[in-house]
Amino acid sequence: MEIIETVKGGYVRNMLKEGKRIGGRGMMDFREIKVKAGVIEHAEGSAQADVGDTRVLAGVKLMPEDPMPDTPDQGNIITNAELLQLAYEEYEPGPPNPESVEFARVVDRGIRAASCIDLASLVLEDKKVWSVFIDLYVLNYGGNLLDAGYLAAMAALMNAKVPKYENGVADHRQRDKSLKISNIVTSTTFGKIDGSILLDMDINEERIADTRLTVVMDGNVLRAMQKGLKGSLTIQEIGKMIDTSMEKHAQLKSILENAVKEAK
Amino acid sequence: MGSSLNKPELIKDGKRLDGRAFDELRPLKIEAGVLKNADGSAYLEWGNNKVLAAVYGPREAMPKHMTDPTKGIVKCRYSMAPFSGIDDHGRSGPNRRSTEISKVAKEAFENVILLNDYPSGMIEIFMEILQSDGGTRAAGITAASVALANAGIHMKDMMYAVSAGRIDEHIVLDVNMIEDNYSDADMPMVIAPRNNDVLLLQMDGGLDKGQFDQAVKMVLEAGKKIHEVQKRALEDYYNMREGK
Repeated sequence: MEIIETVKGGYVRNMLKEGKRIGGRGMMDFREIKVKAGVIEHAEGSAQADVGDTRVLAGVKLMPEDPMPDTPDQGNIITNAELLQLAYEEYEPGPPNPESVEFARVVDRGIRAASCIDLASLVLEDKKVWSVFIDLYVLNYGGNLLDAGYLAAMAALMNAKVPKYENGVADHRQRDKSLKISNIVTSTTFGKIDGSILLDMDINEERIADTRLTVVMDGNVLRAMQKGLKGSLTIQEIGKMIDTSMEKHAQLKSILENAVKEAK
Repeated sequence: MGSSLNKPELIKDGKRLDGRAFDELRPLKIEAGVLKNADGSAYLEWGNNKVLAAVYGPREAMPKHMTDPTKGIVKCRYSMAPFSGIDDHGRSGPNRRSTEISKVAKEAFENVILLNDYPSGMIEIFMEILQSDGGTRAAGITAASVALANAGIHMKDMMYAVSAGRIDEHIVLDVNMIEDNYSDADMPMVIAPRNNDVLLLQMDGGLDKGQFDQAVKMVLEAGKKIHEVQKRALEDYYNMREGK
């Protein structure tokens, strides 16, 4: 296995030296993106996002719960990620590892920072609010979980319906109105390999990457960033990534909007 | 980002609540070599933050299956003491926040440590936040860099960390707890000062490109001062040992 990886890694490096990528992709091109909303009827909202071979399923559930003590006037968001064993031969069972914790927290961060969910609209009564559970299920790992995770989570939220709430009980079989979404964020994750900067790394690229940076945008405003891996970035490189992320936002946003429209 | 309700007035007459200018660091003090058993250590006070950092190693990698015969491995723990916050008693042990911070800090340390010098070896870095007042990851990483140097670990640079943020339309440096609770953006960075390489970058809130550029400029300028304090801590330690 290791030999195959070394050979594949070498192939990726050699191509990058000539400014090329496997499959003829440009440095700042995404792989094919497919988002399908409403795939799990039992969930309040759901979506499956494919970015190349990476597949992430997001499910949204709403539960009436106590508000957080410091935000009595707001609903809660709880984001979790599972790197399922069936998704990749190297995923192991056990408690959440740093990778899955980071994945969930970074997706949560942008959605929260951009106020995508109107949290004030989630208050049910005194000391009762909706908790919005966003569960990210990685079904197939093919590189760049974060961008697929953002697409899946965002589409699932836009697809979500609010259960009926009466006498302190939620009726999940009767969902009348849509979850109020006030903003849409998209993420773009860049990698750096031997000094080359590339968008949306596939599995072979990600395995040998020195660095990655996730840039989360709504329109022209940066909402979250997260650098990963041990390599370094220059200030100039980061600036260019932010510019590219702004350019990609409209394209990703329209993919989300179309997916949600088709599910209706 | 806290609730915008009850937001206190964070800026008054061009100054912050604690009287600082927008680009002013809180007072920073570092002492190297404070623990006996550790191979290297540092105690840091940065505003009201109090942090103890320690380094063990290089020593034989444990558990055995993690050994890399070609290079050393790094383990990293960032942890907040249950009594560190001014409000509630915190839970001890790792949580999701500390797990993430430990991960990104580890990745930054792996960049500067010359791991090829330590085949089959392990370097353990511990950052214990004893008192917290915002910016604890920056405080922990800045202290741990000194502890690594104090342990004699081979490094290509001694990195520093600091965060910039936004309060209303103002970009501010070294955000404290009350500012962080109500600020409009927070962006911790770790920089290797030799080439200003960015080794850690996180951000949340809202920044436009111009604000981002301004925040980076502020971080790099403040970094010169932080780096000086780090160097002085090491100089003081070795001067004292040699009885100077």
